[in-house]
Amino acid sequence: MAKIEIRSQLPGVFYRKPSPDEPTFKEVGDTVKAGDAIGLVEVMKTFQQINADAAGIIVSFEVEDSDVISPGQVLAVIEG
Amino acid sequence: MSITKLLIANRGEIAVRIIRAANELGIKTVQVYSQADATSLAVEMADEFVEIGPASAAKSYLNVEAVLKAAKDTGADAVHPGYGFLAENAEFADAVEAAGMIFVGPTGQMIRSMGDKASARKVAESANVPTVPGSDGIIEDLDVAQELAASVGYPVMIKATAGGGGRGIRVAENAEELATLATQASAEAKAAFADGGLYLEKVIDNARHIEVQILGDGKNFVHCYERECSIQRRRQKVWEEAPSTALSEEVREKLCASAVALAAAVNYRGAGTVEYLYDETSDDFYFIEMNTRIQVEHPVTEAIVGIDLLAEMIKIAGGEHLSFSQDDIVVRGHAIEVRINAEDPANKFMPSLGIVGDMRSPGGPGVRFDHFLYQGYQISPFYDSLLGKLIIHADTREGAINRLTRAVKELKLGELKTTAPLFLLLADDPDVKAGAVHNNWLEQWLENNIGKLTQ
Repeated sequence: MAKIEIRSQLPGVFYRKPSPDEPTFKEVGDTVKAGDAIGLVEVMKTFQQINADAAGIIVSFEVEDSDVISPGQVLAVIEG
Repeated sequence: MSITKLLIANRGEIAVRIIRAANELGIKTVQVYSQADATSLAVEMADEFVEIGPASAAKSYLNVEAVLKAAKDTGADAVHPGYGFLAENAEFADAVEAAGMIFVGPTGQMIRSMGDKASARKVAESANVPTVPGSDGIIEDLDVAQELAASVGYPVMIKATAGGGGRGIRVAENAEELATLATQASAEAKAAFADGGLYLEKVIDNARHIEVQILGDGKNFVHCYERECSIQRRRQKVWEEAPSTALSEEVREKLCASAVALAAAVNYRGAGTVEYLYDETSDDFYFIEMNTRIQVEHPVTEAIVGIDLLAEMIKIAGGEHLSFSQDDIVVRGHAIEVRINAEDPANKFMPSLGIVGDMRSPGGPGVRFDHFLYQGYQISPFYDSLLGKLIIHADTREGAINRLTRAVKELKLGELKTTAPLFLLLADDPDVKAGAVHNNWLEQWLENNIGKLTQ
């Protein structure tokens, strides 16, 4: 089982929910397919979706909801 | 009571603009800033600066308590809110006054009556200012909305009463779409402004966006003529100019007089903008909303009438009366403003982050560049993408367009991608040259000219 890190290419604010009133995209332990959304990054008031690059199971989120992130920072780890 | 120390509750280019106005009036400045803005130009230029929280605007520039604390701690006697953030927050205006300071803008009560779209519409109707056919107030249920939409005719626009900056606006072509979109628009407005109220109005096809700058001291009210901001992308203004090419003298006088009537109806104090849709085919204009603050595009008006709107705002807030009458305000020449945004027009206007490189500012006759950039400045991802505004003034519109092209070519920001190349293409476009544009014109143009942008 290989561990795969999901990173953001952009800096900004990371959100785990599509909007404040909705549930999170994914939780630890959830299965994801390649291309599934796992979060959003807000950059200059626009939202860019962050997708899983590969299929697997989410083992951890490395940042909290609403955390400020840098380019290249690891957002989540999946095992596939 | 005249102002001696002004706190600037904003950031970016407008903070720099306010500091400049204050300096010229001999007023000391206090700049508040988030942790992400510690190296900003406004902080560097202000007499004092106070950090008010982390990068997120909700925890810094929108944090009323932190802003008020900074004002008290530094002994500021006035607060300028700029645009966006707390500028149209009536509770903030009240809180500033309750703390014994001056809010540079209208009273909280005026913001309430004009800032809320449904209530502003009622004020407009009482002042005999034409409004777009639509709902008289907030729509409570879908059946009423559908009945009204059928009577004014589809398509209709649904707007959040607490909207602004084009958010919470949806267009429905028929009754089914109205049902779906009303729910979405309400949710979006609630998320952005904590108020989910909606109202509905008829869509005026191919309308132009024309707005009137007004000034009031609570007793006297004048207009500084109109600006046309029809060139928009996703309801965000991209290119603004004054005067409008579309108005006859007769319509211009009627339009501007209606804006003054509206200001007088609420005993308006400060600088404000009354926004209209203008239907060229019928010469009708319709009030859409009033912005109770300084606007991004105020410099085009400053250029044609020679009035420093920021200085006037601050003087009025300090208790002075307007020092000129309507007859003193004369239009000279033509002005155009283009927004230099950190977006890449060749790549779907994606946010472009980076460091300002080897910078060259445009200059020469009739050129003003309002911005907050310097070589080595790291563009922040946390706020909007506006980097600066290039404002051009010339004797004629044709002269202004030629000067704009020349000035855009002079602007260099290193590798940073901006909207600047878009304006070279627009300045050379036959429709733009002829002034034959409307609110949906640019979206269509972008679809047809994407090849030119990616070259």
